[in-house]
Amino acid sequence: MKHTISVLVENEFGVLPRVSGLFSGRGFNIESLSVAPTIDPTISRMTIVTSGDERILEQINKQLNKLIDVIKVIDFTGQDYTEREMGLIKVNAEESTRAEVLRIVDIFRAKVVDVTQSSYTVEVTGAPGKIDAVVELLRPMGIKELIRSGPVVLGRGAKGWKTQ
Amino acid sequence: MKKTGSQILLECLRLEGVDTVFGYPGGTVINIYDDLMDSPIKHILNRHEQAAVHAADGYARATGKVGVAIATSGPGATNTVTGIATAYMDSIPMVIITGQVPTPLIGNDAFQEADMIGITRPITKHNYLVRDIKDLARIIKQAFYIARTGRPGPVLVDLPKDIQMATHKFEYPDKVELRGYKPNYSGNSRQIEKAIKMILAARKPVIYVGGGAALSNSNLELKQFAETIQAPLTMTLMGLSSFPNTHPLSLGMLGMHGTYHANMAVTDSDLLIAIGARFDDRVTGKIATFAPHAKIIHIDIDPTSIKKNVRVDLPIVGDLKDVLKKMLEQLAEYDAQVATLRDELAPWRAKIEVWKKEQPLGYKSSKKEIKPQFVIEKLCELSDEDAIITTEVGQHQMWTAQFYDFIQPRTFLTSGGLGTMGYGLPAALGAQAAFPTRQVIDISGDGSFQMNSQELATLVQYRLPVKIAILNNNFLGMVRQWQQLFFNRRYSQTCMELPIDFKKLAEAYGATGLQATTPDEVEAVIKQAFATPGPVIMEFKVCREENVLPMVPAGAGINEMVLAS
Ligand SMILES: Cc1ncc(C[n+]2csc(CCOP(=O)(O)OP(=O)(O)O)c2C)c(N)n1
Repeated sequence: MKHTISVLVENEFGVLPRVSGLFSGRGFNIESLSVAPTIDPTISRMTIVTSGDERILEQINKQLNKLIDVIKVIDFTGQDYTEREMGLIKVNAEESTRAEVLRIVDIFRAKVVDVTQSSYTVEVTGAPGKIDAVVELLRPMGIKELIRSGPVVLGRGAKGWKTQ
Repeated sequence: MKKTGSQILLECLRLEGVDTVFGYPGGTVINIYDDLMDSPIKHILNRHEQAAVHAADGYARATGKVGVAIATSGPGATNTVTGIATAYMDSIPMVIITGQVPTPLIGNDAFQEADMIGITRPITKHNYLVRDIKDLARIIKQAFYIARTGRPGPVLVDLPKDIQMATHKFEYPDKVELRGYKPNYSGNSRQIEKAIKMILAARKPVIYVGGGAALSNSNLELKQFAETIQAPLTMTLMGLSSFPNTHPLSLGMLGMHGTYHANMAVTDSDLLIAIGARFDDRVTGKIATFAPHAKIIHIDIDPTSIKKNVRVDLPIVGDLKDVLKKMLEQLAEYDAQVATLRDELAPWRAKIEVWKKEQPLGYKSSKKEIKPQFVIEKLCELSDEDAIITTEVGQHQMWTAQFYDFIQPRTFLTSGGLGTMGYGLPAALGAQAAFPTRQVIDISGDGSFQMNSQELATLVQYRLPVKIAILNNNFLGMVRQWQQLFFNRRYSQTCMELPIDFKKLAEAYGATGLQATTPDEVEAVIKQAFATPGPVIMEFKVCREENVLPMVPAGAGINEMVLAS
């Protein structure tokens, strides 16, 4: 089963390989990983999408907590949270397909962020499933390049994470 | 007043109470070595960086203090890797200082550069690259704190040469603040209460003790606990010496080469109380048939150890000393029930006694050939009760675990988790450096001994009177045993074709060499070795194809042992 985990880490030199090395060294999956500083510049936040049974998830959680640089771990599975991912898709846009691309962009409230004579670059943001859908619809036109940010998540409600 | 980085380092070590460090100099630690001449800290010059780390490890295991080793960058640093991994697997508190090329050169494939932070990330509890002299004192403080608290482990500090030479005002922080590291020492009282209920309801309990008992110095509480409930107690290789093996409740070691009665008791038990142990595969054998009828209580300071390999009915996270104390307090409140429990367990203890009588640990003795087990028994008989025993890895290690009765805590130092040949001699050296007047004995095989035999020089130079017992079977015995049992006696590359004259080798270093070739020489050689000042090699020409039994074949349940008779 898929799990989305947020990890607050010290914004220290070499913290990313500690986390990724833990996953590879112990044979845990990483489907995606995103990391950037938080409002507190000494802390970074990672969002990791992983999979495994209950026992593996428990180990992932404990092993992450065991790392000295890890401040907090939250598995969002079963919780109420907002999940967003961004995709940038460079798609063929010939005379015959331009209109169709724009129609798809419109329906999904995506944006065209770069235009050339033969291509559009489409920016789409939303739950990962929405990006999947746009990619599928654009695929027949010919996708030249695709990048996805991997999801980032935030719990719903007024409460924020305390880090101390 | 300003100090240089290397002075700050040494000052920090002194403030941490370090009296002895083990190491080897080189270009990127030359400043540290220069300042060492003006420091009260004693430095022992090992003959290989791996040995320096094992020596610091032996020092740490014997004393409970943090062991410290120093090595230069590049090859010196990479030589420490096996030592660090050995300490990591057995949770030994250590700080390893490695030199590093100057910060502007890092990443340039500079002369003697190796990415030690990358290399040691999976084998350290934590590691640091010092990038600014301002951080140095804080990092050393944190390194020692992390190494010795929680589940202990080795911490590496990689210290570039330019930082050692830079100057800064020295202030040693008095507090450590790590928001991501707050080990939980105090066991949850409600969980402990549940444990007491489970214990009172048990009719076939077994206490299963691992290395955590020594690490937390809880041997007294452990003994009191076992005696209070009169439950049989078995130990892992790492648990040995935390409970007197001569105690009537001791079942000896369990697992692959455990005793018949320990393995049968665990298999038949209705409650397994795991104390500072981690259900290693050498202990459990086939997981599916491990303690199939037992509820499991697992007490450990490291939450990752719990439910990693086996299901657990009641986890208790905390320091063993704290948890055992609380358990004893609560048991005291159930006086009457505990008394009943002790009686109720009589048939269980009797059943185990029958297993023990049926299949006692033993071997076929011989008048002609020296049996390796006989040597261990004699060593046990003739050595002091507080003698510190180290081993290498192989058959001799398992025979030591089986036939040497450890009584006092921290008297058995062996590489349990990594199984590192070459560990025993330098570890003995480190233990002897900590306790110059105690007997320290490395029990070795002829193969393992040659993995760090250069340390004879260190022993002689520093007058460390370690006694070395080599059980010479001219084989890599443990591998040969597997080849005999599982590969049709095809002894591929396990026969040490070249006989070594260990007596001459000892003498070449200025040590003493003794040899026994028949059983009746054994006692005399041991007595002579113990009476001889300085390091001594005792070589015992043992029966070549003796096997370690009982043995649980890989993949089998621990009740499916190959037995001696
Ligand atoms: C560094 C290292 N290399 C290889 C091994 C694999 N190994 C385990 S036991 C053993 C044989 C040890 O032989 P010896 O030291 O002579 O002891 P014996 O088994 O004969 O008592 C070997 C090669 C190991 N444990 N450690």
